Amino acid sequence: MGTIAKIHEMLTTKQCSCTELTKSYLDEIQKSNGELNAYVNVTEEEALKTAETVDKKIASGEEIGLLEGVPMTLKDNLSTKGIETTCCSKILTGYKPIYNATVWDILASQNAVMLGKTNMDEFAMGSSCETSYFGGAANPFNTNHVSGGSSGGVASAVGANIAAYGLGSDTGGSIRQPASFCGIVGLKPTYGSVSRYGLIAYASSLDQIGPITKTVEDASIVFDAISEYDEKDSTSKGCMGGKTFSKLDNDIKGMKIGIAREYLDGVRDDVKEAVLNAAEVYRSLGAEIVYFDLPALKFALPVYYIIACAEASSNLGRYDGIRYGYKTEHYNGTHDMICRTRSEGFGEEVKRRILLGTYVLSAGYYDAYYKKAQNLRGTIVKAFNDAFKHCDVILAPTVPMTAFEMGHAVSDPVETYLTDICTVPVNIAGLPGVSVPCGFNAKGMPIGMQLIGKSFGEAEILNAAYKYQQAAGENFKDTKWGVKL
Amino acid sequence: MKYELVAGFETHIELATKTKIFCGCTTQFGGEPNSHCCPVCIGLPGTLPKLNRQAVRYAIMAGLATHGEIAEISKMDRKNYCYPDLSKAYQISQLYAPLSIGGYVELSNGRKIRLHHIHIEEDAGKLIHQHGDTYVDYNRGGVPLIEIVSEPDIRSIDEAREYVEKLQQVMRYIGISDCKMQEGSMRCDVNISVRPVGSETLGTRTEIKNMNSITNITKAMEYEFERQVDLIESGGKVIQETLRYDDATNTTSSMRSKEDAHDYRYFRDPDLVTINVTREEVEEIKAMLPELPADKCRRYIDELAIPEKDAQLLTKYRRISEYFDEACDGVKSPKTVSNFIIGQMFSRTETESDKEIFDVKVTPKQLNELVKLLDSGKIRNNLAKSTLEKMLDTGKGALEFISESDMGGLDENTMIELCRQAIESNPKAVEDYKGGKEKALKALLGNVMKNSRGKADATAAEAKLKELIG
Repeated sequence: MGTIAKIHEMLTTKQCSCTELTKSYLDEIQKSNGELNAYVNVTEEEALKTAETVDKKIASGEEIGLLEGVPMTLKDNLSTKGIETTCCSKILTGYKPIYNATVWDILASQNAVMLGKTNMDEFAMGSSCETSYFGGAANPFNTNHVSGGSSGGVASAVGANIAAYGLGSDTGGSIRQPASFCGIVGLKPTYGSVSRYGLIAYASSLDQIGPITKTVEDASIVFDAISEYDEKDSTSKGCMGGKTFSKLDNDIKGMKIGIAREYLDGVRDDVKEAVLNAAEVYRSLGAEIVYFDLPALKFALPVYYIIACAEASSNLGRYDGIRYGYKTEHYNGTHDMICRTRSEGFGEEVKRRILLGTYVLSAGYYDAYYKKAQNLRGTIVKAFNDAFKHCDVILAPTVPMTAFEMGHAVSDPVETYLTDICTVPVNIAGLPGVSVPCGFNAKGMPIGMQLIGKSFGEAEILNAAYKYQQAAGENFKDTKWGVKL
Repeated sequence: MKYELVAGFETHIELATKTKIFCGCTTQFGGEPNSHCCPVCIGLPGTLPKLNRQAVRYAIMAGLATHGEIAEISKMDRKNYCYPDLSKAYQISQLYAPLSIGGYVELSNGRKIRLHHIHIEEDAGKLIHQHGDTYVDYNRGGVPLIEIVSEPDIRSIDEAREYVEKLQQVMRYIGISDCKMQEGSMRCDVNISVRPVGSETLGTRTEIKNMNSITNITKAMEYEFERQVDLIESGGKVIQETLRYDDATNTTSSMRSKEDAHDYRYFRDPDLVTINVTREEVEEIKAMLPELPADKCRRYIDELAIPEKDAQLLTKYRRISEYFDEACDGVKSPKTVSNFIIGQMFSRTETESDKEIFDVKVTPKQLNELVKLLDSGKIRNNLAKSTLEKMLDTGKGALEFISESDMGGLDENTMIELCRQAIESNPKAVEDYKGGKEKALKALLGNVMKNSRGKADATAAEAKLKELIG
């Protein structure tokens, strides 16, 4: 498996050069991306240039860092200086940022080899990657199935071994859900632990950047690297809970793992069974399983869609064709130009959410929707705080189902919104959550479970996830695709 | 029927911070279009605002200087509207929890114009129309502003003018803005309605937007007052609308009606954290505030015995009052200092902007020395006055123009001799005085003063004259 540690070892022991390694990833992208559609922009030249730098360092006998020379990818909503960043929307076609997202500044300074930018639902709005202007990314386990969303491209690429790891963003499950669908690990950190500077906003109070990786160790390594305080982001706090890697292997004997009954409501039987089996694994590792009720969860989905859409309607107001990105060809005056640009530049799902968000903030509706949702957000935060009086981490399904077939989500948006039921509470409460593979359904599609932690409790959930991975490694299955190391 | 004007002001003031409110770009006025910009203030996707704490401090100073209550917790909101000069399609402002609540501005007639609140926000860019095209310049985008929102307490155009002047004066005093209306660093929106005198209910108001001079404010208000009264008198109704004022034609015209009013969809800006202001910080800022013009004026009247009218003139501009304070150091009669400033220096700083800068050649210390010579009786008033003129011409100190002998005073014998000479050479005046004409003595005294070149002590000389005449 092409894990970070494995690649690091290969580079330092000179089993291959970074350039050779990078080329093999680029070759595999070339071969498989037609079918997977994981990448929307391959940055071959930049990748090889960085690889060369790393090779020179190795040749000169300098020590290299763990992430140095490791081929990776970024979701296309993370700003990369001079490299087109589109959020997979027509409206941002041709837009090349003049600055780097803080997370990319951090990784680039460690000579991470970026292979390219990966596919996503347009402006991260969607649960299947299919709202992408470039079409959806396929699931490496079965290409008739979706990769999930919105960070579908990263999950598809990592699952298919055409990137060792990637960074996604998670507003309502956009890291965890595709990780779950693609049988890999996805960590949504605590709100504030990773700088959002340079992440093109969908819903600012919910968005958080995090890693999508093959293993729990890799999630830990990448999280430790990117969780730094950033003065450019007022909501940034840095890694308040401390770095996680050294705590991965801590004994979990006596750890209280909570299961909220509401999280299992309406969940497909195969998923429920896999999650309950995982609970048994934990019991066998000496953890204690406690059941409790979390009735506030029923508010999560409406609260999420009101707040996310409200913020999105404001965040997306700036795309007017004046300064960057797509601009309509024929128009009559400024107002007409802006209207046409937006009508032509945004896809259906984005328009739906802008309209919804505009509506809930409108005079006369603000109190009934937005304000009420904010109050309920407080209720949900409190409910989680209370829950953590009874347990250390919460175990839940990541998604109530496995990856569905392509075309399904587009036909019924409301049913698709319901698939976010298990992931959105974490974003509303600002908590960390990690999705870990925990089995397969009858058709061989991966099932994911979610471990939810206290605020800045990344170390604890990654510790629990790592222990599970050690005990149930058979659930971390590789696919036929990509680079084999 | 007689009508009364009712008006309230929304005044935007650019804060004199060095950098913008949410990024490190300079706030300097002018510059090549779009040269004072960065990814944050042109609202590039993914950028985030970072609040400039100095802007908060300046806004706190404005709140304290207008007797407002500073909120311990205030928040930034987004005001959403789409216009090309607004790069994010929302302005970061404050609606639900502004920084300063209440307060007032006191007018010379004793009326207090209450303030509703003061909030902080960012300025927008500017559109430039040229050769049939429209361009946008974001240099001004993100410059910090405060908006001072008054209650509808203004009842006349004179009050309106004084309200704006008072705000300007106070904000300049505390040094948070240059309040230059012609450069747009101070702009006013006026809400105006009329009602029959004696009525307690408010009429329908119109709002005149973005006025950039006091003359325009008063002219626009005069026009709008007449227009509304005429409308009502002729059986019509005032429609709530937003107006623009055209100074070329001296008329107002409609920008948009109430139906077309924006729905700004205000909500808390999730990118910015709560602004916490501790009591200690407020106290610290309060202690740093300079003495405010109203307090200063009161002190000049009460403690320095300056006439009210003069005290107002001295306190209108901070530099003049500071000049006065410095020149008064240790003098017996501040009134003398005031007289010199108002009587002789004001004629050399004719315009308001000259007075604002108050760039005179004489330093406060030099004036202080001159007044002290007068205080000590070494020179007389006439000599002091003419010396000050020479000082103002040249910038040189008093001693350059006053000789030792000028300051020597007059010895007793010389004084007696001069009195004798005056009596001898003016027998008519002596007769008149003896005949009961008190005034005649003044003529004799004038003679003594003249012949002593102003050095004689008038009181002593007068006594001596009376004694000699018997």
